[in-house]
Amino acid sequence: MCERIRKSTKLYFHYLSVALRSTMQYKMSFFMMVIGRFLLSFNGILGVYFMLSRFGQVKGYTFGEVLLCFSIIQMDFALAECIGGGFATFASTVRQGEFDRILLRPCSTILQLLGGKFRIDRIGLILQAVVMFAYGVAVSPVEWTFGRSLTVFLMLFGGTMLFTSFFLLRAAFTFFTLEGLELVNILTYGAQEHGKYPIDIYGKKMLSFCTYIIPYTLVQYYPLQYLLGHTDQWYYGIYPLGAAGFLLLCYAAWRFGMRHYQSAGS
Amino acid sequence: MKKYKTYFSFFRIRFNMGLQYRVAAVSGAATQILWGLMECLAFMAFQESDPEVYPMALSATVSYIWLREAFFSAFTTWKADEDIFDSIVNGGIAYELCRPVSVYHMWFAKTVAARVAGAGLRCVPLLTVAFLLPQPLRLMLPKSPAHFALFVITLFLGLGVTVAFCMFTYVLAFFTISPQGLRMLFTSMIDFLSGAIIPLPFMSNAVRKVVELLPFAGMFNVPLLIYSGELAGTEMFRSIGMQCFWLITLVVSGRVLCKAAERKIVVQGG
Amino acid sequence: MITMEHVCKSYRVAKRNAGMKEACKALFRRDVEIIRALSDVSFTIQDGEMVGYIGPNGAGKSSTIKILSGILTPESGNCLVDGRIPWKNRTEHVRQIGVVFGQRSQLWWDVPVIDSFELLKDIYTIPSYEYQNNLEELTELLHLQELLKMPTRQLSLGQRMRCEIAASLLHSPKILFLDEPTIGLDAVSKLAVREFIMQLNQNHKTTVILTTHDMQDIEALTKRIILIGRGRVLMDGTLEDMRTLAAEHGQAIEERHAVADQRLQTTGQFGCMAEGTVYEEAAKQNADSLERIVASLYQKLDIL
Repeated sequence: MCERIRKSTKLYFHYLSVALRSTMQYKMSFFMMVIGRFLLSFNGILGVYFMLSRFGQVKGYTFGEVLLCFSIIQMDFALAECIGGGFATFASTVRQGEFDRILLRPCSTILQLLGGKFRIDRIGLILQAVVMFAYGVAVSPVEWTFGRSLTVFLMLFGGTMLFTSFFLLRAAFTFFTLEGLELVNILTYGAQEHGKYPIDIYGKKMLSFCTYIIPYTLVQYYPLQYLLGHTDQWYYGIYPLGAAGFLLLCYAAWRFGMRHYQSAGS
Repeated sequence: MKKYKTYFSFFRIRFNMGLQYRVAAVSGAATQILWGLMECLAFMAFQESDPEVYPMALSATVSYIWLREAFFSAFTTWKADEDIFDSIVNGGIAYELCRPVSVYHMWFAKTVAARVAGAGLRCVPLLTVAFLLPQPLRLMLPKSPAHFALFVITLFLGLGVTVAFCMFTYVLAFFTISPQGLRMLFTSMIDFLSGAIIPLPFMSNAVRKVVELLPFAGMFNVPLLIYSGELAGTEMFRSIGMQCFWLITLVVSGRVLCKAAERKIVVQGG
Repeated sequence: MITMEHVCKSYRVAKRNAGMKEACKALFRRDVEIIRALSDVSFTIQDGEMVGYIGPNGAGKSSTIKILSGILTPESGNCLVDGRIPWKNRTEHVRQIGVVFGQRSQLWWDVPVIDSFELLKDIYTIPSYEYQNNLEELTELLHLQELLKMPTRQLSLGQRMRCEIAASLLHSPKILFLDEPTIGLDAVSKLAVREFIMQLNQNHKTTVILTTHDMQDIEALTKRIILIGRGRVLMDGTLEDMRTLAAEHGQAIEERHAVADQRLQTTGQFGCMAEGTVYEEAAKQNADSLERIVASLYQKLDIL
């Protein structure tokens, strides 16, 4: 078991180094993509800025607080796209017949997908989230304790896991149909776009939807309450770990889809 | 006359291609409905937070959002015609130059077709749902028949401006090393300046004054505000004038640039 | 040893018709068509055999290869490869086989070929000494020395195919599937690839299953041919058997010969003579006639 993990880790990093070297073959394009992503996500920030400078607060959240929320979600999404890029682009992998080649190799399909499609150009988005977070810390009145710092870390961990699960779920759908995947995008891109505000501003119904149907509030609304000092309930801070359960569910869907793929063909 | 037939057949092919993807169309519409819903809820939250500084009627914002979703594929610069970009990057453009039609006209027709086909398919289910939603989420009826007529006219003017601008980015791709990066840059700017992120009235007044002078304001902002009557009177006619001005300017300069690009290809041999 | 017994496989395909009216209709209702890719396919291949697997496009060749390599599960029937059921334990199975798709690349596009090989070494967990030995041997036989340091995207098709074949053999598989390995190659590369496959089969006793449309490949490499059409095995035998089968439909072939000969006389002759050596001319004519036999067989058996 130990030996297998060691070998897999080694293989994963080998894949990463190949992906890195491939990207560096096109330095100019890589550079432009990084800058492009960086600028692109500025739109969202500008929107938030204009809205909050006009209104001052939304449902009790100030500009700084919204920025903290936004930056953490942005970072979750960027990390998930970077690490889980293989799931995010899975439809084209199947369409181009690359997946057959992956099945012809004697190692985990997931490892090959994740290693082969590691998207380094997402660094632009990550950088931007870091800048936004720093600014959010500066302008929000949050008092930083050990517990709150830990919560930020857990939010990043759980959030990345959750977004990766969304991509994995989307990939699992790909086994059944190559059309209609856009609907699953509401989970990924929708959660990224609309998750910039704490979920409760969208109303009670949306809050329960995002708690019980998709466990989105686990990594956003609840830990955020603790982080911003809107509640004393410390255990809200460890809610993000619940995302692991969702990841397992999505993994089961993936396994199921893969069996279907092998029996139905493409 | 024959010439127009050629353009029309490009149009028809695109339209058929769009129709083929049934499931994609349905799920796309569903995604956009959910998306619009979230946006409406967010604006409602802001309105509740401080109704005093809310710059327009809530129903007008809601309508703005639904119309934006309905006509999104007509105006977004996100989905510029990939084929055209590919043909420039990988040299397939040589074929296009062999055809006995002007490259500018052909691409213009192609892009308009792709956009009208895309929006035509999307807007029907979206608008239907938006009209049936409960208040306050419902799409309002146009302010008056006159407003509606002007809305339709400015919608097409806006489409013209958008396509003329896209043509600009295609042609610019000839002159740069990394057209993808360039596109991202443009896209990110335009998304914001055209009012796709937030309607222009939500910006601070100083910024708004400047943004309204740019060509992008004519894309989403003008037709969608006319529909609900938020834009009326002299303001409205000035905005329409701006649209016309930019349409002409962009087409003329685009064609000049296109000629230069063609010459460049002929000289360099692709 | 490879055995396939009564293997069946079918796909569901959505029908799509041309035209605006049909496209509109498809918005509401879609017809599903069931395509039988394989119906009752059986054959046995011994260790060290070299088999040509031929048939027109869409006959079920790639479905067979996919089943044998564990990518696809058949609906019914048995399949055993060296005692393994391919789709049951995929990872174990694929470690023992090599697959080359002529139309697709398995090398990483933007990095030097040797880097792709190194990665494959880790993927297949090939022991270092075995990897070194194989790499040296393959480099020599396929003349890769110059190519190893170049990124794949800069290779010509022939160069790339040599690298692809090497990549599939680094882990010393016992069975090699070649799916149209000579497609699009120039004459020199084709000969080199054939020569190499021949040697591989002789020296390492590797079982080779070759699908191709190039009858010269078949003639040069394989003693045994399996002809498949509309998902069925139509013939399993030698090249001679195929000629006999074709001769049974002699009449049809005669006619086509006449037509083709006439065409050759009017158009082809000069070009051919000017082009090259007598040997090539002879080989070409031979292949031409083989191709004609196959084409008329396809038509006669109504499997196109």
